[in-house]
Amino acid sequence: MTWVGQRVARKEDLPLVTGTGTYVPDFNLPGTLEVAFVRSPFAHARITSIDTAEALAAEGVVAIFTGPDIRDKVHALVLDQEAAPPGLETAEPEIHPATIEILADGEVRHVGQAVVAVVADSRYHAEDAVDLVRIEYKELPAALDPEQARLPGAPIVFDNVPNNVQARYRIRVGDAAAALDAAEHRLAMTIRSQRIMAAPMETRGVLASTVGEETTVWSSTQIPWAVRNSIAGAIGVPQRQIRVQIAHMGGGFGQKVNVYPEEVLITYISRVLKCPVRWVEDRVENMIASGHARDQLHHVEAAFDAEGHITAVRDRFVLDSGVACPYPLSSAYNVASHFRSMYRIPNFAIDAECVLTHKMFNLPYRGAGRPEAAFVMDRVINAVAQELSLDPADVIRRNLIPDEEQPYRMRMPYRDGHEVVYDASGFPAAFDRLLELIGYEEHRRTQAQLRAQGVHRGIGLGTYVEGTGVGPFESGQLQVDSQGHVVIYSGCAPHGQGLDTTMSQVVADAFGITPADVVFRAGDTALLPYGVGTFASRSVVTAGAAIIESSNRLLTRIKAIAGEMLEMAPEDLEVGGGRVSVHGVPSRGVSFKEVYRAASPGPGARLPEGMDAGAAESFYWVPPTVTWGFGVVGAVVDVDPETGVVDVKKLVMLHDCGRVINPLIVEGQIEGGLVQGIGATLYEHVVYDESGQPRATTFLDYLLPTSAEVPEIVQEHLEGTPSDRNPLGVKGVGESGPISPPAAIANAIIDALSPLKIQLNELPLSPATVAAAIERAGG
Amino acid sequence: MKPAQFEYHAPTDVGEAVRLLSALGENARLLAGGQSLMPMLNLRLARPEAIVDINRIAALAYHRLEDETLVIGALCRQRDIERDQEVLARCAAIADAVPLIGHIGIRNRGTVVGSLAHADPAAEWPVLAVLLDATLEVESAAGRRSIAAKDFFKGLFATDLRAGELVVEARFPLPPEGAGSAFIEVARRHGDFALGAAAAVVELAADGSVAAARLALGGFDSVPVRATPDPAVVATEVHPVDDVHAPAAYRSKLAETLARRALELAEQRARKADR
Repeated sequence: MTWVGQRVARKEDLPLVTGTGTYVPDFNLPGTLEVAFVRSPFAHARITSIDTAEALAAEGVVAIFTGPDIRDKVHALVLDQEAAPPGLETAEPEIHPATIEILADGEVRHVGQAVVAVVADSRYHAEDAVDLVRIEYKELPAALDPEQARLPGAPIVFDNVPNNVQARYRIRVGDAAAALDAAEHRLAMTIRSQRIMAAPMETRGVLASTVGEETTVWSSTQIPWAVRNSIAGAIGVPQRQIRVQIAHMGGGFGQKVNVYPEEVLITYISRVLKCPVRWVEDRVENMIASGHARDQLHHVEAAFDAEGHITAVRDRFVLDSGVACPYPLSSAYNVASHFRSMYRIPNFAIDAECVLTHKMFNLPYRGAGRPEAAFVMDRVINAVAQELSLDPADVIRRNLIPDEEQPYRMRMPYRDGHEVVYDASGFPAAFDRLLELIGYEEHRRTQAQLRAQGVHRGIGLGTYVEGTGVGPFESGQLQVDSQGHVVIYSGCAPHGQGLDTTMSQVVADAFGITPADVVFRAGDTALLPYGVGTFASRSVVTAGAAIIESSNRLLTRIKAIAGEMLEMAPEDLEVGGGRVSVHGVPSRGVSFKEVYRAASPGPGARLPEGMDAGAAESFYWVPPTVTWGFGVVGAVVDVDPETGVVDVKKLVMLHDCGRVINPLIVEGQIEGGLVQGIGATLYEHVVYDESGQPRATTFLDYLLPTSAEVPEIVQEHLEGTPSDRNPLGVKGVGESGPISPPAAIANAIIDALSPLKIQLNELPLSPATVAAAIERAGG
Repeated sequence: MKPAQFEYHAPTDVGEAVRLLSALGENARLLAGGQSLMPMLNLRLARPEAIVDINRIAALAYHRLEDETLVIGALCRQRDIERDQEVLARCAAIADAVPLIGHIGIRNRGTVVGSLAHADPAAEWPVLAVLLDATLEVESAAGRRSIAAKDFFKGLFATDLRAGELVVEARFPLPPEGAGSAFIEVARRHGDFALGAAAAVVELAADGSVAAARLALGGFDSVPVRATPDPAVVATEVHPVDDVHAPAAYRSKLAETLARRALELAEQRARKADR
């Protein structure tokens, strides 16, 4: 029996779906104090006074901390985690570290910024006291439009970032300018991906408990090691004094891939007060003070011939960073490296700037630059078809990279400094299969007739590529325990992805046991000395590689130990069923439990000459570069041309994620991702008004897709190209789903109303947006 | 997101509730289904000194048909109406509207009268109330009075209710036999407050011509509006505003579209004797 490839039910789900999980708010440490924050009501203001006297005297209040109180004791986070690596010089990156203040000191820079922390015996009392803190502000002009904010004279967000341009890069492949000048046809478009947010079901939360010098911090984070390191640096203690663990988590999607002020401050307060201190973010805080995403405005031009072959694309875009863009390479550079998707476009130029404004900071969100790039590229392809009165499917097909040109070199570096070279093929076949599955020809035959009956139905198409499994490294450790189980220690910790089950399948095959005999532990800086985390479609690629390599080492070790016990050569032994036994003689063997005892240090050890005690092995995997998945997505929509209402009837997706370990989990990832894609396309929008006030601060106004908005979903895994860039042959899949729906759905709406030749270049496609586009087109 | 402190009262009969409201005056808020008040408390947008929870007043948990009138007590849940096939068969506009209100969980708790008293102009029940010329029966220490729906809604979340008053019952005269009715809305997602809603009743004369028509609109003004049943003029009778979901200009056009569709559907139903 081989477990890899099976639809194994998720081992980890019972507590998650029965309300018996342990999340940060569920810990019950005696004497835990709760924190509530006073947050800035202004986008940009000077703090002229803070009076905490009345709040401090209120019932249940224990302590209050202000920016001046912690000055010189807790340092702002200065994040340069994405300094450009060697190999990226041709992109001429200029990156200023992102500054994230712990508590505002003298000046507030966005609505929602933490100004005062109130510590009380309950969250109720803490919130009561928040109302009693008196702060006077003098409002200052705010930088809110990134195109304006980068010009001289604009309000400056941080003095060390001139012109508010925190990061910039440029890519030149071929000569786009010359190709545009020489082009038979060209077009120019302005395309916006709006500001949205991950909105995980579980908001953030931090609990810190200090015993002696050591503080244990439970945080809802995707990156425990980086959180540990940042906390230690900000409060000036050795990293060994801080242990960061995750509890059960209700999603992250990139919003929890950054270290946050609250993680630092709650740790600090716990160390000052010598007791457990917790802050659990409420939903309004999550919407105004947890990372937002996307928010890119593109000015794109394309050159093409009469058949729709695209000869050049030139793009300039600004990313509205808010007060920081902590991951400029992920959020912005990913746009460049994924921009040309599955297309053979010889000349390409892109100029990007991450511009600071007085809004919440901008983080990578599931897809991380790829949905924005795919929306621009596949809107361009669609506009080329519209311009030439060609079928969009024909124009896509004509531009696909043919198999004979794979592995295709994109002649530009990935964000890890290595050249982008696709390790995939079969683009045309996948595209043809999509058209077949979605009934494209039938649609073309019946569309006009349906329209005459009042049904405005359209099909739209999108494509993507995805570099997955980015480094710098990931850690894994495997151990046989006293029960004879195999225990995985992983540097990647799941927050819903099913990594426990997936990795258990891999290890079960390696050891000839069942996934139930495998124990998965992760997300604790005390378990492994080094680790990174779960984000960027990387866990199965990177942690999987570390785990399979550890697994190989551990097999060698336990065979050697069993050989000593059985007086046999290790190569004459086989592992299976929780035992190590002689080839062909199953009765002659030892159990994993016995191996564990033989591996224990001391007089009972039975170890080969020269081998140290222990039944564990570890490995740090450093990927050579990323491995490339790809996919194609089609959307079927009905549009009401009078009201602009869009009804998504169906989404079809085919994708290559290399070798599939658990189809059930992969399908779940795709389905959830597609639905988030629907949200980003039709519903979600973090709106700031002209004074920098956020206008969508509850789920009444920030609209997530619900089950009622989920259409029929059809998906197929392509049995295409197992990766040769990692030992499992896998490619990441976590972020694939949300990349293409914006382009596919927009193109479908345009197709539904094709006689009008409308343009939809700004998300979200609300009924009002669609109706306005129809009106502009004279419909 | 924790409410500020408040006194909590849970009367078990209307008399006790009215005495409490009279004593507490402006400082009290009534709690029925809690679908609007609870979030407002948690967000500290509402900070009443006292809550008078009427959920234990069993005598208010009813609805019934009295001849051609649907009578709804203050504790009747929206879901109770949704599950009453006889009521739904007597008024297609109600049958259309109720499934559009939030989601089943919301309708299980939310009350019809609570929705009226909350007076959100984009909510369904206020639109039905002005369409069907409902009346609201109100009790206070001073006694009982009736308020016509057209006089009840005074502005955004504002009503004719005075401090100390409790709406005990709403009375909806149903469309007469032979009439047709309809309720149509456009919302961003299923269950959201409508970007706009239109409801209509059309009555036919013996010769098949339209004898009478009524039109009500929601979400286009600070109150639900009883409009002239003519799509060509409705946009001039409402005052939509911009919000994060749609600009006013979109809503003006939507008012016309929905008015036309609601009137057409109501008329079609009248011709099929589907009220």
